[in-house]
This record gives sequence, C-alpha cells and structure tokens, in this order.
Amino acid sequence: MALTVLVDYDSGNLHSAEKAFQRMAAEVDAGEILVSGRPEDVARADRIVLPGDGAFPACRTALGEHGGLFEAIEESVRRQGRPFMGICVGMQMMASWGREYTDTPGFDWVGGEVTRITPSDSALKVPHMGWNDLVIDNPHPVLDGVQTGDHAYFVHSYAFRVANPVERLAHVDYGGDITAIIGTANMVGTQFHPEKSQATGLRIIANFLRWKP
Amino acid sequence: MLKTRIIPCLDVADGRVVKGVNFVNLIDAGDPVEAAKAYDAAGADELTFLDIHATHENRGTMFDLVTRTAEQCFMPLTVGGGVRTPEDVRALLLAGADKVSFNSAAVADPDVVARSADRFGSQCIVVAIDAKTVSPGKWEIFTHGGRKPTGVDAIEFARTVAAKGAGEILLTSMDRDGTKGGYNLPLTRAIADAVSIPVIASGGVGTLDHLVEGVTEGHASAVLAASIFHFGTYTIGEAKAHMAAAGIPMRLT
Repeated sequence: MALTVLVDYDSGNLHSAEKAFQRMAAEVDAGEILVSGRPEDVARADRIVLPGDGAFPACRTALGEHGGLFEAIEESVRRQGRPFMGICVGMQMMASWGREYTDTPGFDWVGGEVTRITPSDSALKVPHMGWNDLVIDNPHPVLDGVQTGDHAYFVHSYAFRVANPVERLAHVDYGGDITAIIGTANMVGTQFHPEKSQATGLRIIANFLRWKP
Repeated sequence: MLKTRIIPCLDVADGRVVKGVNFVNLIDAGDPVEAAKAYDAAGADELTFLDIHATHENRGTMFDLVTRTAEQCFMPLTVGGGVRTPEDVRALLLAGADKVSFNSAAVADPDVVARSADRFGSQCIVVAIDAKTVSPGKWEIFTHGGRKPTGVDAIEFARTVAAKGAGEILLTSMDRDGTKGGYNLPLTRAIADAVSIPVIASGGVGTLDHLVEGVTEGHASAVLAASIFHFGTYTIGEAKAHMAAAGIPMRLT
C-alpha cells in the first residue's frame, strides 16, 4: 500500500494536517498516512509532506537534530524523485535562503529567499493572517480544479521571493505580491494551510495525493 | 486581497456549549463539535472555543473536544480559557488547535507570551485582552471574567504583548459584552492603531451594522460574535453579505 509520511520534527500542529490528509487519502484511495520523525520512514515513503510552523532557523535546526532527517528528505525527494509537498514554513524550507533573524540555508530546491513581508500600505498588518484569494500564475496538476479567486487561509510574517517566475504557481496580493504556491519537478509547496482552507485546501491535498510527477 | 474574518465564539463548560446553539438541523445543540460543523458549513472564517470554567480537572474534556473538532472541521480553530504555560499551548496544539489564547496568565507574566511565541511561533499565540473604561479615552485590563482590576493600561499592555511576539489580539470590551449595543469603537480603534498585529473586535454585537463599524471605525481585522449567530438572529452568510455591501472585503462562499 502506498505510504505518505507527514514529517514530524516538533514543529507545530500536525493533528489537523494528519486528519485532512487521512480524509482525502481515503477519498482518492491513496493508501496510508503516517506521522513520523524517523528518517527510515521518510526513506520508505512514496510521498513526503513537510509541514512547519514557527521560525525558519528553528525549523532548519530541528530537521538537523532528528538523526539525519534533513538528509533523508534530501535523498528521497531530490535524488529518488518522490513527490513532495511543503506547507507554510515547510514550503519556505525549499528555498535557497531564509532571512528570518539570521541567514539560514534551506534545501535550495527552488531558487529564492524567504524575507519579511513589507506591505506597500503601512496600514496592512503583519502577520498576513486570514483568507486571501489566489491568483494562479502557472497551471499545475496539483491545482486541478482550483481557480483564480478561490480563497486559502494564510498565517505568516515571512514570504518566499521566487527567483524563477516559472516556479511560482500562484500568488496573492497583500500590499504587493506574496507567493502562495510554488512547484518544480516533483516538488510543490503552499504558503497557506491547505488543511485549514476548507474545500479549496482539501482539493489541493487530494490532487497532491494523486499526482504522478 | 485579504478578507475581513467573521469568527463565531463558543463558550464551553465541561465539554458543552453554554446556553446552546439554536440552529435547525443540529442533532445536539449543546455539543460544540456539532456547532463547529454547522459553522464550518455556513462559511465561518474561523472558530473560537472559550473554556469558561477551565480547571485542571476538566482539561481532558477540552482536549477531547478540540481533537474531535479538528477531525471534522478543516478551518482555523482558536482555543482559550485557563491557558497558563507554554506546556498548555503545546498540549492544545497537539490536540488540534491552530491558535491558543492567553488571558490572565499573560497579564500576570507577559514573558509567557515571549516564551510561547519563541517555541511555537507568533502565528499561533493570541492574547485575549478584557478591558473596561476607567475614564474617557483610558481603558484598564480586568481579569477573572471582568471582576478583577489589574491597574494595567490596555493600550500599553497591547503594545507589550505585541512586542513579546503575540500574533493577534482578541479584544473584548467588558463594558459592552452582553449589551448588544455594539463594540466599544474608541477602545477597538485605539488598540488596533497602537499595534502592528491583527486585532479581533469582541463584545457587544447586536446588529450587523455593529460588525461593519468594528472594521470601518474600530479598524479591527476580524470581528467576533456569539449570541447573534448562536440564536439564529443572523446567519454567517447574511453577516458577510451585509459587510460586503458596506464595502468591506469578505470571503463570500
């Protein structure tokens, strides 16, 4: 049976992500969902999901402390080509650099850097928190059925500036463009929380579980 | 464009909704999970559970409730009431809460906000401020359900917790709470303009125009209400349509 591992590295709330992936895995017959922080589970996973809340450097450190988790993900995703989905800070980890507090290298799968949101309108609050409408930049199988104007739930103070526009699949407007979805080869990432984004989010999860890059 | 959020708040005691929720189609009007599912289906933007009799003994009931809600509602859930330590935050996050709200504990020791935000991120740390007017243009924080004055200035405290890493402020006017006379707009605006983090207006909603005013005059990023929704006076959809007609960007579903 196919196995999707939600990587647990003590960053944030995995329960709601687990329940959303379980619900959609049952619907599209995508096999088992396992929450695990063990590199050996990542190594045997058919799909990998990296959630994440909190600060970029703390998440990067936590991945490094879990007995080779960072390396296991790198091996499985980059070299074995397994489908990967990053969520929130898990998506930001795909960047070359995180500029939160200090300069921290990420997986460097998608060129660009993660920097603090600075809305052009100073009345706009940071964190960018709430529902914002997606603008699709580039079509992608994981966005099947998702349209410009659909809403997703965001909570973040830092955003991913993607170097190559082809790899930015969708953005939202918040006093300037904020990257919402990225994708390249076998990897996708969402800045928003699909597990909190009601029907739109569940559809993206289902699409990911069916995706054969 | 970011949309203004409408947040129904359920007061919970011993795992049951206090006063109940008066919707048709609810199998059990006192079951918070049933109410949460109804609000999810109705297009609420977030949901808040407030444990109003939070004691050590009944924490297990709340965790169970949060877990069962997170299994069925794929929308943001904030939980407050009796949260004292970063360990309490962790336990509620693990149960399935998305945000956790501090109240009295943050007044007693604002550093608990910093310790929690450092560990779990600002995005999940809410500070609930209950304020009362003490003189024109001056508001003081009260704890213990509005009974205990603290001598702490509400605006200063809002600035403090924002600097300590709170991601959001849930501001309740104790003067207005339960009156249906509308939010305390000068208080809401004073706090919203004093901090760079989002402020949720709470306390006093009786009409849909009150929701509009909370945003246009109070500068709130989100509006919280309880009884007007629970008792079926207005639906979430009616509230959103009314706010959208007033020119406020809303997520219409």
